[in-house]
Amino acid sequence: MDYFIELLFSGLTRGSIYALIALGYTMVYGIIGLINFAHGEIYMIGAFTAFIVATILSILGFPALAIIVLAGLAAVVWSASYGYTIEKIAYKPLRHAPRLSPLISAIGMSMFLQNYVLLAQTSDFLPFPQLISDFNFMEPVAHIVGSTDLVILVTTTVVMICLTILIKYTKIGKAMRATSQDRMMAMLVGINVNRIISVTFIIGSSLAAIGGMLIASHIGQINFYIGFIAGIKAFTAAVLGGIGSIPGAVLGSVVLGLTESFATGYVSSDYEDVFAFSLLVLILIFKPSGILGKADTQKV
Amino acid sequence: MITFQELKRSFFISLWFVFLTFPIMVIRVDSIEKTVQWRWMNMLYVAVGAFILSLIFRYMMRRKEGQSADDDEETSTSDQHLIHRWLTVPRYRNIIYGVMLTLALVLPLVFSTYQTSIMTTALLYVVLGLGLNIVVGLAGLLDLGYVAFYAVGAYTYALLYHFFGMSFWIVLPLGGMLAAVFGILLGIPVLRLRGDYLAIVTLGFGEIIRLILENWGEFSQGPSGVSNIPRPSFFGIDMSLDTALIYIYYLMIAFVIFTIFIVNRLQNSRLGRAWVALREDEIACQAMGIDKMKTKLAAFSLGAFWAGIAGVIFAAKTTFISPRSFTFIESAIILSIVVLGGMGSIIGVIIGAMVLILLPEYLRFLSEYRMLAFGAILVCMMVFRPQGIIASVRRTYTYNKKETADGEGA
Amino acid sequence: MAQPILHVTGLTMDFGGIRALNNIDLDVNEGEIVALIGPNGAGKTTFFNCVTGIYQPTKGEINVYNKHKGRQISLLGMKPNQVTQQGLARTFQNIRLFSQMTVLENVMIGRHCRTKSFIIGALLRDKRTLREEEEIIQKSHQILEKIGLTRYENEFAKNLPYGAQRRLEIARALATEPVLLLLDEPAAGMNPQETIELVSLIQEIAAEGQSILLIEHDMKLVMSLSERIFVMDYGKRIAEGTPEEIRHDPAVIKAYLGEEVDA
Repeated sequence: MDYFIELLFSGLTRGSIYALIALGYTMVYGIIGLINFAHGEIYMIGAFTAFIVATILSILGFPALAIIVLAGLAAVVWSASYGYTIEKIAYKPLRHAPRLSPLISAIGMSMFLQNYVLLAQTSDFLPFPQLISDFNFMEPVAHIVGSTDLVILVTTTVVMICLTILIKYTKIGKAMRATSQDRMMAMLVGINVNRIISVTFIIGSSLAAIGGMLIASHIGQINFYIGFIAGIKAFTAAVLGGIGSIPGAVLGSVVLGLTESFATGYVSSDYEDVFAFSLLVLILIFKPSGILGKADTQKV
Repeated sequence: MITFQELKRSFFISLWFVFLTFPIMVIRVDSIEKTVQWRWMNMLYVAVGAFILSLIFRYMMRRKEGQSADDDEETSTSDQHLIHRWLTVPRYRNIIYGVMLTLALVLPLVFSTYQTSIMTTALLYVVLGLGLNIVVGLAGLLDLGYVAFYAVGAYTYALLYHFFGMSFWIVLPLGGMLAAVFGILLGIPVLRLRGDYLAIVTLGFGEIIRLILENWGEFSQGPSGVSNIPRPSFFGIDMSLDTALIYIYYLMIAFVIFTIFIVNRLQNSRLGRAWVALREDEIACQAMGIDKMKTKLAAFSLGAFWAGIAGVIFAAKTTFISPRSFTFIESAIILSIVVLGGMGSIIGVIIGAMVLILLPEYLRFLSEYRMLAFGAILVCMMVFRPQGIIASVRRTYTYNKKETADGEGA
Repeated sequence: MAQPILHVTGLTMDFGGIRALNNIDLDVNEGEIVALIGPNGAGKTTFFNCVTGIYQPTKGEINVYNKHKGRQISLLGMKPNQVTQQGLARTFQNIRLFSQMTVLENVMIGRHCRTKSFIIGALLRDKRTLREEEEIIQKSHQILEKIGLTRYENEFAKNLPYGAQRRLEIARALATEPVLLLLDEPAAGMNPQETIELVSLIQEIAAEGQSILLIEHDMKLVMSLSERIFVMDYGKRIAEGTPEEIRHDPAVIKAYLGEEVDA
């Protein structure tokens, strides 16, 4: 039973990280219909930024809490800036291009960023400092649920609630929803669509950065390639839930996280990534609209 | 020409990039040794680089906008560069092909075996590029898992030799056919999907194949790969390494010519037209009576067939293969070749492969920047010149005027 | 009595809870020009999409008369390309040309369903394939001559003036040798001069015995061209008859002008 609960929690932890990344995919897709292939790299850059800042601060002898907050803040600021810049360079000029052009551009951007970090930093795995020390009150259940897991779950939940409020109740959130329904119409009623797209990239990237920092401190190491796998898995989660749908992304992520956790726990860990990829292929083939997504009919 | 406003704007963009790249470019930390390295020179490079690039970027954007405006007004004369005009005239085109062929044939006589071997690799990518060009360039199906079929071909040869001792020449068509079968099996369910979903599914499929090869040790010998694969034989004559490499080079040229011949015929056929139409508008295409599924499957499996053949040759050339040769990066390289060269253009793909494979080989100092450059190329091509270096040539048809008149009279 | 070439009975199409087509019966006889009219959102294009296999209708029968077999063939469950094969060819309301292909190539695509060669033919270029290719080019050229687009033959379709693009859509559809030609708002967005040319073009085509079913908003065009008019509103048939009858039909007047102000 303990093992089951352990797997359950590790699945939820995974799932909530996927959710942080998947939200970026789903929001961008909802607004400009693009699979932002470089999104995984934003997450990776977030993890690197957090790593660099956290290491410097710990050398300078800052207290743990300050390190976590500042490193997280830095990760968010820089990832958001990257997201913003990437959109301006690689996607904005292609707003009216054939559908595949921005996707190819996104793949190029993803390769560029991976190798940029590889060349500017290193190709080795870097040990990520353990930012979150074990809580005393977690002692009795520490063999089942780690303190980091708890922090991740709590953080993710808080972030999700904030995001929901932002999208549901603020002016910018309403503008985002309007733009995703009908960009032309949104433009006609005076919404600055370019700004909304930028904001979407910024929010999505910030979430990915938080995810990046959390997962890096959870797994304990990072390298330039972590974004690729995480990106594909988060994308899988987004599609599973129904791409374009925000609750769908969260649901899909949790389902994917749990599936992976139980599959590796009870079946075999060799094929961990194969599970995710197979799931992706199967959903796209049999139910491309996902669990909560709407089937999109092409207008003739 | 460059106004003060422009310079000011570029200055701010440059500042922005300095900020943006600051943590990654300037700082390098070692969390174990607890040391921090500040690389201030990098900051300067970024500042200057971003300044210049932003000027170029905006200049290119303006030029592109001007060009597309021209395009609408009069019919694409702006696009008719010298090369294009040459390519439209069959006589010039044949001369170009002739010169290229002659250069290719004398190459091993002039250069070392090492150079020849690099050239063989480049030619291999030409074949791969031409194969993917059928799928992406002509039929407009973005296949990001193309390398999977390449792997199928390579492992077909490696394993059939390993288990049954089958020879190169027998496996060559088998590898192609097996890859085509994989293409059909994958194609039937996935080709119904919309373009971007198709891209992701094929990517997933490519990764699945690689992961299976890596983990299924008894079958594929796992991550350590298969070694001691024999090179192709020539009527059973023993060859020294040098001769064998030159022999493979000439084989490769023959394959390239064969591929060009086939792709050219496909392109200029009823099927080739259907592919392009499918790329342009699926719904209209169906309404014109084209069987979408059958046409897509034909493109997908033919592309896979070529990847399979290239895979067999690759295994025979390197004599060692492992799952590491078949990562997503490889698919991305082949895609870059097609995109850079010009989707749908044979000569474009040849040039694309030569540039992307040979340049990093000869400019050694560039080779670590290779993937960085590939990424940048994909972005820049899409933004500035989506049609590639060589846009596919507009085809004109000749018909007998007299017969038309007769037909009407009858 | 001769069989109708298109015989639609009880055609119903639901989208979720919305009934876009409600029990439509419509026949088109050989050599006839029938117009399908109705206010925006009446379900005209949905009708086209159902008939041409792009949508699968919820209920109803769609039959096309096959001359060679001498009997009606049901189009239900057929894919759009099979429908075209059976002799229905259409144009689109929002032009859907193959913009990166030349005008001639666009028409050649129309010949696709009447020709056969595939991979083997393309590779071998045997006599049959070459003959077929020759025939495709000839026929396509003839059609362009008829439609009056010969001077644009080697232009990319996207570079054509608007009116010519609409004509090219018709040419492409004609290339499939349709039993019935379905035109979805062929005059939409055309200037008066272009519309006049279009009317005479359609008349020319019809004079050769081509049956035509067309959706159109331009009443002058509809009245001058069609022999029979079918009026729809809210997915239902509200009237059917000759132009003269329709002009005075109270239901039609009501649908177009409305009795009271409501949306």
